[in-house]
Order: sequence, then structure tokens, then C-alpha cells
Amino acid sequence: MKESSLNEMTVQFPSLSENERFARLAVSGFISSLDPALDELSEIKTAVSEAVTNCIVHAYRDTVGIISMQVRILEGMRVYIRIRDKGCGIPDVAQARTPLFTTAPDEERAGLGFAIMESFTDRLRVTSREGKGTTVTMLRTLRTRKPADGEV
Amino acid sequence: MPVSVFYDASTRTVLAELSGDIDHCTARGLRTPVDEEILKHLPLRLILDFEKVGFMDSSGIGLIIGRYKLMNDLGGSIIAVNPSPEVRKVMDLAGVGRLCSIIYQKHRSFVGGIKL
Ligand SMILES: Nc1ncnc2c1ncn2[C@@H]1O[C@H](COP(=O)(O)OP(=O)(O)OP(=O)(O)O)[C@@H](O)[C@H]1O
Ligand SMILES: [Mg+2]
Repeated sequence: MKESSLNEMTVQFPSLSENERFARLAVSGFISSLDPALDELSEIKTAVSEAVTNCIVHAYRDTVGIISMQVRILEGMRVYIRIRDKGCGIPDVAQARTPLFTTAPDEERAGLGFAIMESFTDRLRVTSREGKGTTVTMLRTLRTRKPADGEV
Repeated sequence: MPVSVFYDASTRTVLAELSGDIDHCTARGLRTPVDEEILKHLPLRLILDFEKVGFMDSSGIGLIIGRYKLMNDLGGSIIAVNPSPEVRKVMDLAGVGRLCSIIYQKHRSFVGGIKL
């Protein structure tokens, strides 16, 4: 059963590379009510950037398709992010998640996107079907901060 | 301009001051002027200055590795300067420190450049 959200948004946008920045800003704007610390915010933005870039670079290679991004704020300072494409899919997810594995080495890809998503979130799930598309979900619990923390 | 490139002939150093966000969208625009300057002067050293970079993801890692390979082919080396803590975290995750030194430098002693 789906856990109810305190707040939630879903945006859809075409797989144009200028939307990498848009996706980062949309997520950071949406979760700003939780007042995340600078390092948390920057890690979440990086993880989002990786997932969205993968849709643009891999899923919809040589075409433009729709990327759907859902952000949910859950009880207990938890942020849930789901990024979904209907692109080419990943034949072997375990292999794709291996650090340094890339199918595009000649395009200066490092094969580190999934490794970064994994280390910057608490949980990363990747489900994919060849020819149907890929869904990446990430969960990150933010630290609760006292107002006396010093940051404004 | 997301990148300013300088050449110092006395130290045979190319300095690239990167700025803004480094992602897949911006990487190509940063890469081209840097590579042009490298191929023009065949320097011994490339300094990538990250001081004005606010965000970087794995596309920035690809950019660093690509320049590392290019400089390595020319028998030279690269140095990364002044990354923010956020950018540094991504560099450390990727093991960039194994390819080049990452240093913090406050003072610049030639115009637009960094003397080491
Ligand atoms: N949404 C997707 N659709 C299809 N294939 C994908 C998708 N995401 C990742 N992949 C596949 O998984 C591989 C690994 O992805 P990962 O993000 O870890 O590395 P990369 O994108 O190749 O390089 P980097 O992220 O470091 O630039 C990719 O090379 C690609 O083959
Ligand atoms: Mg990637």
C-alpha cells in the first residue's frame, strides 16, 4: 500500500539537456520547506541530476521522450524521488549499477551515475524492462536540525 | 562565459577557470575551449580551477578524466584547484585524487593565472 505523503508533486518534461538543471532546481525548490542542510541539498541535487541525465543520454538516445519526476515528502523528514522514462530500458540492471560500467565510454561517461545516486541517498531502486523503460526511485532521510544550528 | 582559458608560456601551463554548473548540458561547452588551448600550446600542465563551480555531477568527472587522458598523452599532468566541499565530495567518490592533485590556493601571482 502506498504511504501517504505530506506533500507531493509530479512533473513531466522532454528529455532535453537543459532540463537537467531544471530538474535539480525543481526538486530543491520543492523540498525547501524541510529546510535541508546545504550538504544534503547538494547531494540530492546531484542524485537527481544523475538519474535525469541517464534518461537523456541513454534511455532516449537519438530521440526526445518524456521524463516523469515525482517528489514526495513523507513523515519523518523523508524525501522520496521517482524518475521514470519510457526509453530503451536496461538489459542487466545489476551490471549497469556496477561502478565504472558504462555503455558510452567514448562520450566521456565515467560509469559513476548509479554509484553517486547510491551513495547520496539511503535507498536506490532501479527497475527496468528492455524496450519499455526504466524507473529509478530514491529515498533520503534528512537530518532534523534544531533552530539553534546556526544556519539561516 | 562558463570557462576562461589562459596560457603561461614561462611555465608552459594552461589554466582553465571553470564556472557555473558542470553537467551533461554544459560539459561540451567547457571542454572545447580547453582542448583547443591545449592542442595549440601543447603545455606540460593543465590547471582546472573549480573555485567558481557551484555544482558538478558525473559529467564533470568525465570531463576531468578526459582532460587527464589528453594531458597524459602529451606527457603532461593536471591539477584541480579550489573545489567547493560539495564538488570535492563528488571528486573523492570518483577517486579523482588518483589522477591529479587537488589543491587549495589563495593567492595568484600572474594575471589570471596561478603560479605554483
Ligand atoms: N534510464 C536509463 N535507460 C537506459 N539505460 C540506462 C539508464 N540509466 C543507466 N543506463 C545504463 O546504465 C549504465 C550505467 O549508468 P551510470 O549512470 O552508472 O553510468 P553512465 O551514465 O554510463 O556514466 P556517468 O553517469 O558516469 O556519466 C549506462 O552506461 C547505461 O548503459
Ligand atoms: Mg549516468
